[in-house]
Amino acid sequence: MTKYRITIGLEVHVQLKTKSKMFCSCSTDFGASPNTHVCPVCMGYPGSLPVMNREAIRWTVISGLMLGCRINPCSKFDRKNYFYPDMPKNYQITQCDQPLCLGGGVDIEVEGQSKRIGITRIHQEEDVAKNLHYATWSGIDFNRAGVPLMEIVSEPDMTSPGEALAYLQTLRQILVYAGVSDCSMEEGNMRCDVNVSIRPDAQREFGTKVEIKNMNSFKNIGNALHYEIARQIEEVDRGENIIQETRRWDVDLGKTFSMRTKEDAHDYRYFPEPDLMPVALPESLLAEWAATLPERPAQRRERFVREYGLPEYDAQVLSAEKEVGDYFEAAARRSRNPKAVSNWVMTDVLRILSEKGIAITAFAITPDALAELVDLADSKVINSNTARDVFAIMLNGGRQAKAIVTAGGLAQVTDAGAIEAIVDQAIAENRKSSEDFRNGKVVALKFLVGQVMRLSKGKANPQIVEEWLKKKLSN
Amino acid sequence: MLNTLTLHEVLESLNRGECRSEDVVGSVLEAIHRTDGMLHGYLTVNEADAMSQAKAADLARSGGAKGRLLGVPIAIKDVLNVKGQPCTCGSKILKGYVSPYDATAIARLRAEGAVFLGRTNMDEFAMGSTTENSAYGITRNPWNLGCVPGGSSGGSAAVVAADEAIAALGSDTGGSVRQPASFCGCVGLKPTYGWISRYGLTAFASSLDQIGPMTKDVRDAALLLQIMAGQDPADSTTIHASVPDYQAALKTDLRGITVGLPKEYFVGGLHPDVERRVQEAIEVCRQAGARVVEVSLPHTRVAVDTYYIIAPAEASANLSRFDGVRYGFRAEGALDPLDLYKKTRAEGFGPEVKRRIILGTYVLSSGYYDAFYLRAQKVRTLIRRDFEAAFKQCSVMLSPVSPTPAYRIGENSTDPLQMYLGDIFTVPVNLAGICGLSVPCGFAAGNLPVGLQVMGPALGEESILRVGYAYEQATNWRCRRPEMTRANSRQGVGV
Repeated sequence: MTKYRITIGLEVHVQLKTKSKMFCSCSTDFGASPNTHVCPVCMGYPGSLPVMNREAIRWTVISGLMLGCRINPCSKFDRKNYFYPDMPKNYQITQCDQPLCLGGGVDIEVEGQSKRIGITRIHQEEDVAKNLHYATWSGIDFNRAGVPLMEIVSEPDMTSPGEALAYLQTLRQILVYAGVSDCSMEEGNMRCDVNVSIRPDAQREFGTKVEIKNMNSFKNIGNALHYEIARQIEEVDRGENIIQETRRWDVDLGKTFSMRTKEDAHDYRYFPEPDLMPVALPESLLAEWAATLPERPAQRRERFVREYGLPEYDAQVLSAEKEVGDYFEAAARRSRNPKAVSNWVMTDVLRILSEKGIAITAFAITPDALAELVDLADSKVINSNTARDVFAIMLNGGRQAKAIVTAGGLAQVTDAGAIEAIVDQAIAENRKSSEDFRNGKVVALKFLVGQVMRLSKGKANPQIVEEWLKKKLSN
Repeated sequence: MLNTLTLHEVLESLNRGECRSEDVVGSVLEAIHRTDGMLHGYLTVNEADAMSQAKAADLARSGGAKGRLLGVPIAIKDVLNVKGQPCTCGSKILKGYVSPYDATAIARLRAEGAVFLGRTNMDEFAMGSTTENSAYGITRNPWNLGCVPGGSSGGSAAVVAADEAIAALGSDTGGSVRQPASFCGCVGLKPTYGWISRYGLTAFASSLDQIGPMTKDVRDAALLLQIMAGQDPADSTTIHASVPDYQAALKTDLRGITVGLPKEYFVGGLHPDVERRVQEAIEVCRQAGARVVEVSLPHTRVAVDTYYIIAPAEASANLSRFDGVRYGFRAEGALDPLDLYKKTRAEGFGPEVKRRIILGTYVLSSGYYDAFYLRAQKVRTLIRRDFEAAFKQCSVMLSPVSPTPAYRIGENSTDPLQMYLGDIFTVPVNLAGICGLSVPCGFAAGNLPVGLQVMGPALGEESILRVGYAYEQATNWRCRRPEMTRANSRQGVGV
């Protein structure tokens, strides 16, 4: 059987987090009633003219800098002509041959292997409106029309669905870190078209590529790629040619369907947008923007290891999502034991988040409060079991750890006299176990410690208890 | 006869309290009643609204308000958005559309108290040189009702010349202000590209379009330019510069001015009467103290070709938005969106507009872009350089506006190519982005006005207004008025 090589390239559209639209001052807020965030410009009224949103340009340039792109000192806008009801002007203002950012790349890791996926370009454009279809009629909501987008075009560097997903995840991570977008595929502010082709192992030139559209989750992208690769291999194995075409992913049927072939492809008749001046970005301005660049996920990972002495694994988990990393860092800065904070965040906090299905920004315990709890446990004021109980109380009541410990009298008993008395009581009540320990049965000690803890209502310091037991029973 | 006054005369009269805005607007409305049935310069006149605007202006004046155009009626070409008014662009496809906003130029006039009494006829989407391409009927030339008024701002030119307006606005993409001004014997100014905001001007060719005043004399043009010019945050192509005092530039002598005559503009094909009148005008300028030199604009012969690639290319995209989806005309019985576009555009656009959309689509198509559009842009740069070089030798250039005076209705409408060639002296100014002024300079046989074109470099409006003013003051062409009777349509046009 012929072996095939897979080639995948991605075009990712990202909605930028600006307050106003790309070419007018209408709001970009999501979820308003249809056609309430509109004006003559984003509705394509006669005589209206676009005016560039400088903030959108800045976000795209910052994204480019975060992804290691070269920033074009002089870029320009073009008109892309095609008719569709969601297009207010029946042309889209985009960038054809002089995009804002060129080159760059993303480092991914798949099954322990590192790989760099190249970025071809990032250009700036405006979003279209949204067509809504009902039983007997259709409507158009222009609220989204003119919202700023950047399109990130990758090199055809990915060779498996796993690599494609890793690229997307990493890209998303970096852009969220950059603060340029929420990158939520569900809300549609990150969208992805996939180009995929196969070729026999021995063939040097790429196979015919197929573009897949309409995937609105990472899962869909993975499924669509697996399906499409299998379909192409099957076609070629049967001796058929792959047709250059655009296919639509049908999530319900789990299949891709042909939308249009190359013959139906639009001639977009690009030409320079005469209503906008070219964008000149002087070096001084770029330097100013570069100075404000936020930390990249990889940088943060390294820094967590260096600054907080975390293991590589912890640093990786904690930096995967920017907000989780922010939370950890806020708590770690307040705490004497960052590693203990890391343990709490990685286990208890993340578990609660996934149970409740909430974001860390909506988590009931503040980083300060968590740090306080960690330090109470770290300084042995409470033992670890008590700490878990206090955590549960904080989760529900939101009170500070110290207040809970004081109010509940939960502090560990470390007073030697008090502990000695309880130890004596436990030995007296458990003569058989005491005998066993004296006769060399080590497990008996564990049982006796448990008894002392029970008698102390969990507050005795287990280490001191153990020392006392050993001392008493060895006499 | 307040309607026969110039804009500055009306203002003086209003300021001295000799008349009220109501009288001026009333007089203009009367003139419209009297003659616009013959002329058809206006597409819409809202009398009640105009009178209430006038009353409001009079009230404001009595309260001490000082707007520079307070109470003066101005006619607006139907290509500009005026809030609450229709804006058909002479096209069926915008039937029923009502502007939700004011163009920047309109807003600036409104802020000075102007009264917007009506909308003037035009070639559909400003494509044409005769105003015969309007979906709402032709406009006639007040000097000879059998002749075209020129175009595309033919309605504005005709109503100013016929005293059916005090002044008007037009738009000029390849001569659409200057050529009708020349055909109708009024003053038309095409400012430097980017000097008057295009925001609210329905786009024909975005890199060429400019709004321009059409007036009874040069002072009025200067006055309106003064108010409308200058940077606008809503139009990124406007120029960041302070607006000079144009009234101060109006002088009656031309000492120290060098006038260039582009030799390529004075070759064969000129109508003899046009050539004679323009030569006489040059002589008047010389008498006023100007030095006259010959200059060269070597790429003149390819200007029309270049224009008829760039303008339709931009138009093909600009006119895409007229699809029946959001506003204006929508064809009945469409089966799907594509069908809706096809039917709406087939029924909504006239033949000249369709011709240019097809031409523009073709020159932008894959495989033809480099040979046509890209090459045209390069030639455009050469044309601009021609002017830059020539303006090193002179402060303004003089030429005819059009090779001929107004022609008879229907005469050129079957031969678009012949019609396009009539734009030869006006399109280079738009391609180069510089400024041009059309000033009446006498009459050809048949009592048809001839226009003198004064061209200036980018932001050279002070110079062209000064030359135009000095010439105008040295002559008295502006005092002649057309006699509009059915009879004048039968007068022959001498060649």
